[in-house]
Amino acid sequence: MSVVTAEPTVSHEDRAAREVYRDVLVELVGEDARYVCLDSDTGLFSATSWGEAARRYLNLGIAEQNLMGVAAGLARSGRIPFVNTMATFAATRALEAVKLDIAWNHLPVRIVATHGGLSAGHLGSTHHSLEDLAIMRMLPNMTVLVPADASATESLVRACAELPGPVYLRLGRGATPGLAPRSEPVRIGVAQSLRRGTDVTLIATGPHPVLTAVETADELASAGIDVAVLNMHTIKPLDQEAIVAAATRTRGIVTIEEHWAAGGLGSAVAEVVADLGVACPVRRVAVADRFAAGTGGHRHLLARNGISGATVAEHVRRLLA
Amino acid sequence: MTDDHARKARELIVRMCANPEGGHLGGSMSMVEILVTLYHHVLRIDPRRPQAPDRDILLLSKGHGAIGLYAALAERGFFPEELLASYGAPDSMFTAHPNPAVPGVEMPTGSLGHGLPLGVGFALAARLDGSDRRCFVVLGDGELQEGSVWEAAMAAGAQRLDRLVAIVDRNGLQISGDTEETVGLEPLGDRWRAFGWTVLEVDGHETSQLRTALSRIPHTPGKPTVLLARTVKGKGLPYIEGQARSHYVRLTERGYRRARAAVIRGAQPRTETTCPS
Repeated sequence: MSVVTAEPTVSHEDRAAREVYRDVLVELVGEDARYVCLDSDTGLFSATSWGEAARRYLNLGIAEQNLMGVAAGLARSGRIPFVNTMATFAATRALEAVKLDIAWNHLPVRIVATHGGLSAGHLGSTHHSLEDLAIMRMLPNMTVLVPADASATESLVRACAELPGPVYLRLGRGATPGLAPRSEPVRIGVAQSLRRGTDVTLIATGPHPVLTAVETADELASAGIDVAVLNMHTIKPLDQEAIVAAATRTRGIVTIEEHWAAGGLGSAVAEVVADLGVACPVRRVAVADRFAAGTGGHRHLLARNGISGATVAEHVRRLLA
Repeated sequence: MTDDHARKARELIVRMCANPEGGHLGGSMSMVEILVTLYHHVLRIDPRRPQAPDRDILLLSKGHGAIGLYAALAERGFFPEELLASYGAPDSMFTAHPNPAVPGVEMPTGSLGHGLPLGVGFALAARLDGSDRRCFVVLGDGELQEGSVWEAAMAAGAQRLDRLVAIVDRNGLQISGDTEETVGLEPLGDRWRAFGWTVLEVDGHETSQLRTALSRIPHTPGKPTVLLARTVKGKGLPYIEGQARSHYVRLTERGYRRARAAVIRGAQPRTETTCPS
């Protein structure tokens, strides 16, 4: 895809958000005795030196239900656990413990889930997570965050550290491009405007969808189509104000996510549009109602399942036709 | 032998089962001595300060025994027993599974298999705090069929949580009938030992045995302790003792009077009667 833009789309450095998260967490755990790192044999911390905070790193093995219950017990006792597992294991295998032990009790547990969306690539449907955002945003008390790059990951990890209730933070697996630095900081619950426009608004969440949105907007700009882009890094609480503004100021909304169409960002946006009675078409770019088509790496699976600039551009053109 | 605390708790339980909603009678009656022994002789708690920071923690993992827990808490003085009259009424805080709004209830439970993971978390927090507080988790025996119990049992053994105590209300029955004819649990002691636990076995209706077993926690340095308490489902009502149908009972007024009389009389010769529900 050719990119025509006045400002850089990406910074030069590709970084894995989960590695950035790990480094920030090590710092937080070292600084504040309330923080505890609970691992489920993810391997993310294999080479980590915790120094004097070593007692606050606990590897509880491959047992995700227990992991969530233990986190709740620690949190009820005044600790702030960061729980580490893969997205699909947090959202499905351990769901009842997340729902009852953590969410119901409104406990400050931070569930940091890697391998979100299709980022597990060739590992296949056992490791893909195309349901987690729907499940987590359904749970009362839960905050749901999806940083779009490594830099936002650091900001959001620090921002969520002091929230009173539970947080689900969805990260990917491999390195993804860094978005161009922004002057304003990432704020939980406030969508980030990446491009202003008057024709259609693209609302995206997660690294590749946001990048796709920005690149597609710039490409359409060269064709005279004026597209706005919102980085919806907070799925819950959702920035209703930004959605209503998009729905009233542009002629349609296209959502982009690495998730099944049912229940994810697109559904959440459509709910706001419907609930508030705003007349605005919403089109969803998401994985269809099937287990992901194809096999292969992350980028291949995104393209194979229609999470692409071409799909987005087609929706935009149809909305304006 | 039934002491006064246990008899009083049983009176409160059968009173709650006389509510139009009924209640989980059998599994509440089977653990009465376990709970009153904990609250009167083992737990370092203060009913006037239920949130005191260094209190021992009790979790009722078999949350369907909530009326047994409420009865034990009322009997121990956490709140006036008269409040239990609202059990079963709309918006009562005395829900059918433990409600943490009730003074003394630490966590909501009821879906089986959650208590021991929570207990591991409480025990790890105590260790990180350098506190000597202990955590006791009361489990049903049928509940041990939940895999999460064994995830937590493995983690507790690996973490050497010697201030964590699991107490199994081994009444031998689940809804379908005998646990051993459903999905058998024996040899139960060997199973826990294999997971790194110290195993104690007592008659769960003998408060002296319960006191002795629970008087020395931590029991074995570096090992969590499980107490297998042999009990009788529906204990105290001879006409339904040991019967799976005692699991959930709604007592009529007549059935309640009969049940209360049986509880007050204490252990009496078994008579052939029908379930009063």
